[in-house]
Amino acid sequence: MSEKKAILSGNEAIARGVWEAGVRLASAYPGTPSTEILENVKNYKDIYSEWAPNEKVALEVGIGSSIAGARTLVTMKHVGINVAADPLFTFSYTGVNGGLILVSADDPAMHSSQNEQDNRNYGRFAKVPVIEPSDSQECKDFVATALELSEEFDTPVIYRTTTRTSHSKSIVTLGERTEQPGKVELIKDMPKYTMLPVSAKKRHPLVEERIVKLKEYAETTPLNRVEMHDTKIGVITNGISYQYVREALPEASILKLGLTYPLPENKIKEFAGKVDKLMIVEEGDPFFEDQIKVMGVKVDHGKDLFPLLGELSAAFIKAQVSGVATELKDAAVDLPGRPPAFCPGCSHRGIFTILKKLKVFVSGDIGCYTLGALPPMSAMHACVCMGASISMGHGMAKVVENSDDMSQKVVSVIGDSTFFHSGMTSLLNCIYNKSNSVAMILDNRTTGMTGGQENPGSGRTLSGEEAITADIPALVKAFGIKNVVKIDPYNLVDIEEKMKVALASDEMTVVVVEAPCVLRYRISHPPLKVDAEKCTACKRCLTVSCNALSLEEKGDDSFVVIDPNMCAGCGVCAQVCKFDAIGE
Amino acid sequence: METTNILLAGVGGQGVLLASQIFTSVAIEADLDVKQSEVHGMSQRGGSVTSHVRFGDKVYSPTIDPGEADFLIGFERLETLRNVHCLRPGGTIIYNSMRINPSTVAAGVAEYPDEIAAKIAAFGEKTFQVDGLGLGQEAGNPRSANVVMVGAVSSFLPLPESLWEEKIRELLPPKLVDLNLKAFHLGREAV
Ligand SMILES: Cc1ncc(C[n+]2csc(CCOP(=O)(O)OP(=O)(O)O)c2C)c(N)n1
Ligand code: SF4
Ligand code: SF4
Repeated sequence: MSEKKAILSGNEAIARGVWEAGVRLASAYPGTPSTEILENVKNYKDIYSEWAPNEKVALEVGIGSSIAGARTLVTMKHVGINVAADPLFTFSYTGVNGGLILVSADDPAMHSSQNEQDNRNYGRFAKVPVIEPSDSQECKDFVATALELSEEFDTPVIYRTTTRTSHSKSIVTLGERTEQPGKVELIKDMPKYTMLPVSAKKRHPLVEERIVKLKEYAETTPLNRVEMHDTKIGVITNGISYQYVREALPEASILKLGLTYPLPENKIKEFAGKVDKLMIVEEGDPFFEDQIKVMGVKVDHGKDLFPLLGELSAAFIKAQVSGVATELKDAAVDLPGRPPAFCPGCSHRGIFTILKKLKVFVSGDIGCYTLGALPPMSAMHACVCMGASISMGHGMAKVVENSDDMSQKVVSVIGDSTFFHSGMTSLLNCIYNKSNSVAMILDNRTTGMTGGQENPGSGRTLSGEEAITADIPALVKAFGIKNVVKIDPYNLVDIEEKMKVALASDEMTVVVVEAPCVLRYRISHPPLKVDAEKCTACKRCLTVSCNALSLEEKGDDSFVVIDPNMCAGCGVCAQVCKFDAIGE
Repeated sequence: METTNILLAGVGGQGVLLASQIFTSVAIEADLDVKQSEVHGMSQRGGSVTSHVRFGDKVYSPTIDPGEADFLIGFERLETLRNVHCLRPGGTIIYNSMRINPSTVAAGVAEYPDEIAAKIAAFGEKTFQVDGLGLGQEAGNPRSANVVMVGAVSSFLPLPESLWEEKIRELLPPKLVDLNLKAFHLGREAV
């Protein structure tokens, strides 16, 4: 059989790997840089795959599938593991039936995340092994090893990637699917799968024994590989850092760890003994370094040269080791940045235009609407994690004195996907505890920020099948909230009037904005035009922050123009113009 | 073959990723080791996008470090200027002279720098300006400006013309193939 090759991203390679390894079920909640794994898995018809409404649900669906005996994949971004931590820690006790891998896609340098946590720590905390690939071939190949290990040691496996391993493409040799060994059927085994104190007390010692056995396994597994070259410098490294080290220090000897928890103590000591200088090159926390120091091994360099913030690179490693930085030409300075902005036509634009005008405190959440925090909108004043907007807003409203001062009133803003993820319980808390805050649910029928994935409000599943369209106003009413108001986000007067009523009320109001994402659903109206005669260049329309608008200067004259290739004809800019200069 | 480093820089929505895909598939077909890296997520909303393409006998790092790009391909002039320092001494800049306002400029809180062409040229390397938008229009659609840029760069690389054509046929939807082949040739002849 001739070898089939393809150039795949790490995420595409993981999808291919789980297909080849006979996985039957995959569940996930989207989150950069993990999202494309399930988007690719869905193309393999041998695997049942679905979007869950949040990461905890995704993992629990996976646990069920594993208990039934099926090989299983669950994926999420790094912060998703925080949401799924509760089932993860006890799943560590029950162990698996069908092998299960839990992909944690970390984001050093925070390309698109709210924090930079290093999820290798979860392996140690939950006492489960962590496997880390360093290119797309390994992303694919390590999957099969991880599933075998999961089944052999009766444990879930954390499969950690980073933005660079997930999103970089490299050449992969493909294989074929092998159906998994073992049968899928429900077998009742109460002491193993029902975690009550009586059974959990029996499982915990097994977890501790498992870690000891995994340490032995770590000594011999091909996942951990020694590459002896010159013995002056020896480097212990993992994941994408391995690629940087190979490039920066071609002469160095390397201990490349693919199983990054638990560590192979003997192998590390043996390697350290063969080299003059030992360096540990790892992005993120001193995860190896701390443990290796505890083993009594002398570490010459680690976090002193390779800091824990952000990402490493080949040039940086080379410069730190040699002590000489390559001379670089200065970058051009004072260039205007190009931050992301709401798409032309986005339904969030009008909402934030009015929230800014009302001068209220906006308790925000995570989604495209978080872009409302950036200038010139600057109309979001807190954002912590998914689902937090409504609960934080409730907490604020409870302690701030009630007054007519608009700057002391809170509006919580949350998207549909985030509402389904973890905002529903927050809202239930509000009505139960008599909140007088205002919550806005921006329902654009998709998970916009991560690229427009389906959710329980979209009417479609991951595989494209028709599904329910969750009725948010009905759901909110069922919680017992009486003031449920609908707003048209393209009518600024409507937004302002209804928001003023809501803010004046001493009872909770929930505002539901139903308008589909224009990017996801390709919605567009004929572009608007600016009448240069009427335009006074007051720049008022520019404050709606639409990339289709710009100020044109011709000699002494200046006026605003609309790029007809970009404008979606939403009319928001026209409504803020005081001179009636924008029209069809 | 020594590793060739191509840095592509543009704005979300300009087709930077498709252009990268053409480079990587051509290189793989030429039996080279290839890596490509980009960061996406927020880039669709009109933010800056860069993509790193590296090919040669053996490639380790998927990213190009500052000062190591053999080619900087700019899809927009401000984004070109933003990345000029990534070029290695003696490297080549090929860029589309078009302008796309960043949201900060559109909102009137920042100014679009002037004399960008002169500033890019002042970096002293081999510089080629391409009217990507105009040539794209000539090919039949301004959106094919990305393939115009691929054509322009292709003339500097020792890879046969037929390979590029073959990959454009493979990667683009059938009804857009002719238009993009035209865009490719217009770019190839423009430098
Ligand atoms: C725990 C967690 N999971 C996933 C993400 C990634 N993420 C960022 S925004 C978002 C969804 C946004 O969708 P929605 O709330 O509908 O707003 P939209 O972007 O459509 O406006 C997701 C999944 C995250 N930041 N945190
Ligand atoms: S993707 Fe959708 S929700 Fe996000 S900014 Fe664009 S139109 Fe708005
Ligand atoms: S109508 Fe105005 S705000 Fe809406 S997309 Fe067009 S230029 Fe942008």
